Amino acid sequence: MRLRTTLSVSVAAASALALLTGCGAADMTKQASPFANAGGAKSMTLSVQSWVGAQSNVAVAKYLLEHELGYRVDTVQVDEIPAWDALSQGRVDALLEDWSHPEQEKRYVHDKKTVSYAGGLGVTGHIGWFVPTYFAKQHPDITDWKNLNKYASQFRTAESGGKGQIMDGSPAYVTHDKALVKNLKLNYQVVFAGSEAAQITQIKQFAKEKKPFLSYWYTPQWLFKKVPMTEVKLPPYKEGCDTDTAKITCAYPKTPLRKFLNADFARSGGQAAAFLKKFQWTTEDQNEVSLMIAEQKLSPEDAAKKWVDAHPEKWKRWLP
Amino acid sequence: MATLTVPGARRALPGLLRSRPAAKLLTLAVAAVILVPLLDSRWGSGHWPHALTVSLTGPLGDASDWVMNNRDTHPVFLYFFGHISNAVVLCVRGVYLALLAMGWVGVTVLGALVAWRVAGVKLAAGTAVAFLACGALGMWLPTMQTLALMVAAVLASVAVGVLLGLAAGLSDRLDRALRPVLDTMQVLPAFAYLLPVVLVFGIGVPAAVLATVVYAAPPMARLTALGLRGADPEVLEAVRSLGATPRQRLLTARIPLARKELLLGLNQTIMMALSMAVIASVIGAGGLGDRVYQALGSVDVGAALAAGIPIVLLAIVLDRVTGAAGRAADDTGESRRALWLLALAGTAVAAVVARLLGRAEWPSGATLNIAEPVNHAVNWMTAHLYSGVPVIGGTADWAAHFTTWMLDPLRDGLRALPWWSVLLIVAALAWLIGTWRTALTATLAMAAIGVLGVWDSSLDTLSQVLAAVAVTLVLGIATGIAAARSDRVDRMLRPVLDVFQTMPQFVYLIPVVALFGVGRAPAVVAAVVYALPAVVRITAQGLRQVDPAALESARSLGATGRQQLWQVQLPLARRSLLLAVNQGVVLVLAVVIIGGLVGAGALGYDVAFGLAQGDLATGLVAGAAIVCLGLMLDRVTQPTGRRTKKGA
Repeated sequence: MRLRTTLSVSVAAASALALLTGCGAADMTKQASPFANAGGAKSMTLSVQSWVGAQSNVAVAKYLLEHELGYRVDTVQVDEIPAWDALSQGRVDALLEDWSHPEQEKRYVHDKKTVSYAGGLGVTGHIGWFVPTYFAKQHPDITDWKNLNKYASQFRTAESGGKGQIMDGSPAYVTHDKALVKNLKLNYQVVFAGSEAAQITQIKQFAKEKKPFLSYWYTPQWLFKKVPMTEVKLPPYKEGCDTDTAKITCAYPKTPLRKFLNADFARSGGQAAAFLKKFQWTTEDQNEVSLMIAEQKLSPEDAAKKWVDAHPEKWKRWLP
Repeated sequence: MATLTVPGARRALPGLLRSRPAAKLLTLAVAAVILVPLLDSRWGSGHWPHALTVSLTGPLGDASDWVMNNRDTHPVFLYFFGHISNAVVLCVRGVYLALLAMGWVGVTVLGALVAWRVAGVKLAAGTAVAFLACGALGMWLPTMQTLALMVAAVLASVAVGVLLGLAAGLSDRLDRALRPVLDTMQVLPAFAYLLPVVLVFGIGVPAAVLATVVYAAPPMARLTALGLRGADPEVLEAVRSLGATPRQRLLTARIPLARKELLLGLNQTIMMALSMAVIASVIGAGGLGDRVYQALGSVDVGAALAAGIPIVLLAIVLDRVTGAAGRAADDTGESRRALWLLALAGTAVAAVVARLLGRAEWPSGATLNIAEPVNHAVNWMTAHLYSGVPVIGGTADWAAHFTTWMLDPLRDGLRALPWWSVLLIVAALAWLIGTWRTALTATLAMAAIGVLGVWDSSLDTLSQVLAAVAVTLVLGIATGIAAARSDRVDRMLRPVLDVFQTMPQFVYLIPVVALFGVGRAPAVVAAVVYALPAVVRITAQGLRQVDPAALESARSLGATGRQQLWQVQLPLARRSLLLAVNQGVVLVLAVVIIGGLVGAGALGYDVAFGLAQGDLATGLVAGAAIVCLGLMLDRVTQPTGRRTKKGA
């Protein structure tokens, strides 16, 4: 359909390309999205990660950029590590919630200098193993990892074979669970839910039936308000105990979450860049928006509007 | 959807090998008797021997690091890939801006007028309604982004496909050389080759478009070649006798004569590109696919459906319109040009008027929120069906039983087989149904999986595929028989099948998890939903095409309806049924992999892991294994002398 128009448009585009780039080198660090700046609008692209907390950051930033600063904001869903690469190429302008990727940071921030640090998000993340609080109340000793084997049979599912099931989430997440299960000699099978959406759906189904479950999970997370969960204490984290991930026997660290911008955008992104550098809120703020998106099923935009209307004192500080 | 089969040139086979199953099996048995003790004593039975694996982790990791470190500086990227990437971006952007400039009124009017010229008033109305529905669902901009992406991808696929098709259509040698390449491209599950494209081009539109081209170009190439070869020799002779040069013959006779095939090729290319537009959202393609994917992130089925419906509508409209164009390809008239001009002028007027009235953008108030009611419905369903249903048990119990009674034994059984016996079984099946070449390809593909060192997870995936195919065939053939025997059932099924076939899988992954829990069972269910329509269609079509004379004579001999079905129709439709099996297998494989996102583990999870962590070694090896699995399964189930295409 509309073959004729598109043909002529693409012929025009192709000849423009021939003229523009015919002999020069293409700059792989300036590869903006084709949908950016359409119709003369000031626009920028934010990367969204698949978990709801990241969607909340982006929703509020997007709402303020659009309504207070007059930008048009595109969003693209990308996992963290590919997002670093996309930042470097200029396909997205910002990554608002990074859970610490030293290797990427070294490559792009220090060596290539195509990505730059843009301050903390104000939220501290922590990964751990969790059981539902209703189960922890019945069996208080479950909160120590040493007792996990005692309960393995209660955590059994069709997928875990004869062992207990510990459910891990998206392949994008930082996890050492397979090594932990092996090194701590736990009678458990790591079952990968494959996506956070699948994991949340399954947790809710378990909770509805008050069934016991053991899951890799993290804070801040809105789901705690719907399904209260209690952390199982793993051997404490010490600096450097996670360097050799195959031999790991300690818990996950607490990670202050950070923001990163495309380096060019950070330099010449004007008000948008200045705003994103100042953007900083708390775990409670983020959860408030997340809950509206994930539980009340508000669109991210409506949720952001509600939060923005309710907390002007917080975001006024971020404006350039 | 469109016709599913592409009748290919029949291969000439040595008569000796053609129809002697016993001889083939005997040959294999002799080979086995000699080889197996040797292999067994050297490497043992059970799992694939470690000595026969090659670890690619090191070299692939190095390659990926090299690309990452040199992408901004190395000439290969600066002067070659960079320009390709820029060209794609410019093209997509050009189309996107043009669509935005037309505004929603202009685009809708243009769509309707084109549909009217090509396919009549009914489809024109349907097209207009479809576009308005996209707007009403609040998806106007994403729909335009997807359209822009599609136009670029389809143009590129058509260009590549026509070039390959010309080569194959004009030269026998190139035809022979290209055929296996195209075959292979068609059985590769798309998910498997996202990673290499991303490595070179990075996340985003160029990678998405190029991955789409790999996926969507083969039907165009195949049909172009078919059209060129099928041109009426008498017409060509006449043209030659008029003294036309080869180039003139090509341009004035052969290509116009192949118009029908070319349009059918365009139709199939469009459909495949559209289905890829969603999968490509995993690598940042944007548009509707990205909306579906983002909705998946917040476990919001309603929002995913709101973005999924425009995809279904686009697919149905594009399919019907290009399909009608193909059927109408014969009557061409000069007077129609005026009507085309009229249509274009109408569009321009509508667009300008809308712009002057300030209505270029979709009115933000005029959107329909379907997310909420849909989520309510889904919640109700999962709350009531998940468990505790009297007598039959809840869906969660079914899933657990299916896993324990079907998936586990199948997986454990496959893994318990000695590695060489798996190769032997593959060889025997492929040889029985095909030629020694297909048997060799299938066996080598299976062996390659072992060499790559992913024998175990591949057998896991294989067990899921087999279970899903079994379910699909039982349901699909039964439904197909019903559809073939009753026009009413057929009519009622058609829209349902359209939706099943075009709805992006991401939309139903979450309800499936909510019903069947995390694990392999939901992946199997999702695969069955996706592969069912093709099996139903091919079965119904095959049964309907059974020679009426044969049926009539059976009836006159007093055969009952059941006897007619079992003794006449089904045996005579054997070829179609085999094709249905083949399609079922290929389609199931494509989706079981996406099941990695809902806990199916195995190869699908590894590919997703590779994409998410930028871990090329894991992702690429798993991707390659999927490709080998696809090749093997295709060869093992592929009816001889008949080529098939993936999806629709």
